[in-house]
Amino acid sequence: MLTAILIMTGIALVLGAVLGFASIKFKVEGDPLVDQIDAILPQTQCGQCGFPGCRPYATAIAGGEAEINQCPPGGEEGIRKLADLLGREFKPLSEEHGVEKPKSVAVIDEATCIGCTLCIQACPVDAIVGAAKQMHTIIAADCTGCELCLAPCPVDCISMEPIAETVDTWKWRYPVFAIKQTA
Amino acid sequence: MLRKLFSFHGGVKPAPHKDQSTLAPIASVPLPERLVIPLHQSVGGHPRPLVQPGERVFKGQRIGGADGSLSSAVHASTSGLVRDIVPAVMPHTSGLTTLSVVIEPDGEDRWGELDRVNFRSTPPDELRDFLRDAGIVGLGGAVFPSHLKLKPGKEGSLQTLVINGAECEPFITCDDMLMRERAGDMLKGIIAMRHMLQAREVLIGIEDNKPQAIAAVQSAIAASGETGIEAVAIPTRYPAGGAKQLIRVLTGIEVPHGRRSTDFGVQCFNVGTAYSIFEALERGRPLISRIVTVAGNVDAPRNYEVLIGTPMDHVVRLAGARAGTDRYIMGGPMMGARMPAFDVPVVKATNCILVGSPALFPPPPPEMPCIRCGECAKACPADLAPFEMYWHSRAKNFGKAQEYHLFDCIECGCCSFVCPSHIPLVDYFRFSKSEIWAREREKEAADTARDRFEFKNFRQEREKQEKAEKLAAKAAATREKVGADGSAAAASSSTAPAKPSGDDAKRALIEAAMEKARQQKAQIQPKNTDAANPAVQAEIAAIEARRQVSATNPTDAPPDGPPSSGA
Repeated sequence: MLTAILIMTGIALVLGAVLGFASIKFKVEGDPLVDQIDAILPQTQCGQCGFPGCRPYATAIAGGEAEINQCPPGGEEGIRKLADLLGREFKPLSEEHGVEKPKSVAVIDEATCIGCTLCIQACPVDAIVGAAKQMHTIIAADCTGCELCLAPCPVDCISMEPIAETVDTWKWRYPVFAIKQTA
Repeated sequence: MLRKLFSFHGGVKPAPHKDQSTLAPIASVPLPERLVIPLHQSVGGHPRPLVQPGERVFKGQRIGGADGSLSSAVHASTSGLVRDIVPAVMPHTSGLTTLSVVIEPDGEDRWGELDRVNFRSTPPDELRDFLRDAGIVGLGGAVFPSHLKLKPGKEGSLQTLVINGAECEPFITCDDMLMRERAGDMLKGIIAMRHMLQAREVLIGIEDNKPQAIAAVQSAIAASGETGIEAVAIPTRYPAGGAKQLIRVLTGIEVPHGRRSTDFGVQCFNVGTAYSIFEALERGRPLISRIVTVAGNVDAPRNYEVLIGTPMDHVVRLAGARAGTDRYIMGGPMMGARMPAFDVPVVKATNCILVGSPALFPPPPPEMPCIRCGECAKACPADLAPFEMYWHSRAKNFGKAQEYHLFDCIECGCCSFVCPSHIPLVDYFRFSKSEIWAREREKEAADTARDRFEFKNFRQEREKQEKAEKLAAKAAATREKVGADGSAAAASSSTAPAKPSGDDAKRALIEAAMEKARQQKAQIQPKNTDAANPAVQAEIAAIEARRQVSATNPTDAPPDGPPSSGA
């Protein structure tokens, strides 16, 4: 009887020590779920979801404070991926947060720009170059199309232009066969 | 010597249709009214235009400069006037446009100055740059810039240089005719490549349905007296002309997933590339023309030496397109791509213009369900399981398709050819591949955006902190200055300690600020009283004096008294 208790206690102590050690040694920093959600989000940092950036939204989803259908740039596909990851039901994109639009980049009308730097401060990814009272221009390759620069512009010289398809970005279509009427 | 040949898995034997187009020798094509030369013709970057509209160009003048190292130059195919540099429809299934140089030939076909290069006395790096600027790309169909492939491996030498003259796809005979008619010159190109790669042996693989080409190459080798170069007849089976398949047949080496043939001491080039390297090195002529087979629904299928940029219908007219022509296919019936228009230009990748008609290539029968018969897996020369990849591509389950090594698919079309359910498997694979690429691009863009966003936040934090630090430093400096003054004053007026305490320092700071303000105020003279009469001025002076007295009295008091603290 005593031996059994001693053995059980011994095992419990050893396992406890191992678990305790493991919990310190292999401690996971941050929330891995937030990283996974963040990886699905399109990183436009547009704030249409109501959060200041993609990562805060990811944190809110992980914390159960936000729905998965608040990201218009991610679109339906993004919602499906989130639903898959989190085991939640798919929901259509919430209308109050916006609509899915084709991928665009901002273009500054350089003749109208007065060089106020307001758009530079608004750009979440530093994709606008320029200086006070100097013309500004957009680095198209880094523009995420978040539209955050449109509102602050006092002369409305920024417009969004959809990205045109080139041979490098062209995609083969899904094979479709027309059903022919034979009779 | 009888060489031991190996075999690759799968493959099919479609009807060759090669006889008619080899009856007549390679013909030249009269100059068209205008040439449309796309600047982006090879794998890699988009070359920049080097000419302006309205400029006169010589034949062989560089009109597009290589954009980075993974790119190749583009040249004017004839002398003439640059009419325009505009986006024009390119020979691509998408029907999209690309920036092209439109040249109106002047009819003189005059070459500019040509630089020849002796490959034996030129350093390899210079040779590679020369070939890049001569626009030499792989003419087998992949149009990969050749200068990048002409580098020996880490050991500085290569075991085998494989020259691809297999030309396995039906209808196409441009390599066959090149070997028959220009074997000697092609061999000179091969010798130059061998020198650059330091290859120990050269194997020229030619399918055994081209006996005349084999004989021509063999006699050219014999005439040159070179050793270690051999023309090898290989069994005719599609796709023996795939680089990996040809390497397998000739050397027995199977290049595994994710590796390159150079890792195993083998490099592969097309015979057309070898000929264009000869032209570039020994004649100084850049790649401005290529041999193109015109076959299919035409009266006289034949091979033509076509200038790059010639409209396809201009060439087809010479062969005489028959009635019922409804499409041009660039390449062969297995791998070729349907052209969006009849007047798209011939480019470096155009080995064949296959003229199609509904009679010759009837529309594919409707797709039936996959019955998992496994015929496609039996036919696949890349040892893949096409039916599995098909399921996952069809379900848009791209990750799974990739697990079945979708990217090892060479799109040869064997699986679609044998499928009893007429499933266009390759179309599904192409769809999947381009979707995966698009996703990767998106992911890359998202990662960049995330990094930039995080950096912006970091930068804003840092700027805030720097500003705060600067302010603090400035305040400290002022305090120190005032503190020094104040302590001196305190030392002279009382026995207080030299270093003032916090309250003292604060009071001193306030006093200093007030003193400064007072001085500033004193300096400012009211300007609107200058024109007033003496009586008014006297009155103002009296008021000022009164104000002076009332203002100085209370502030004079504290320094006279003892410090409130610090004892």
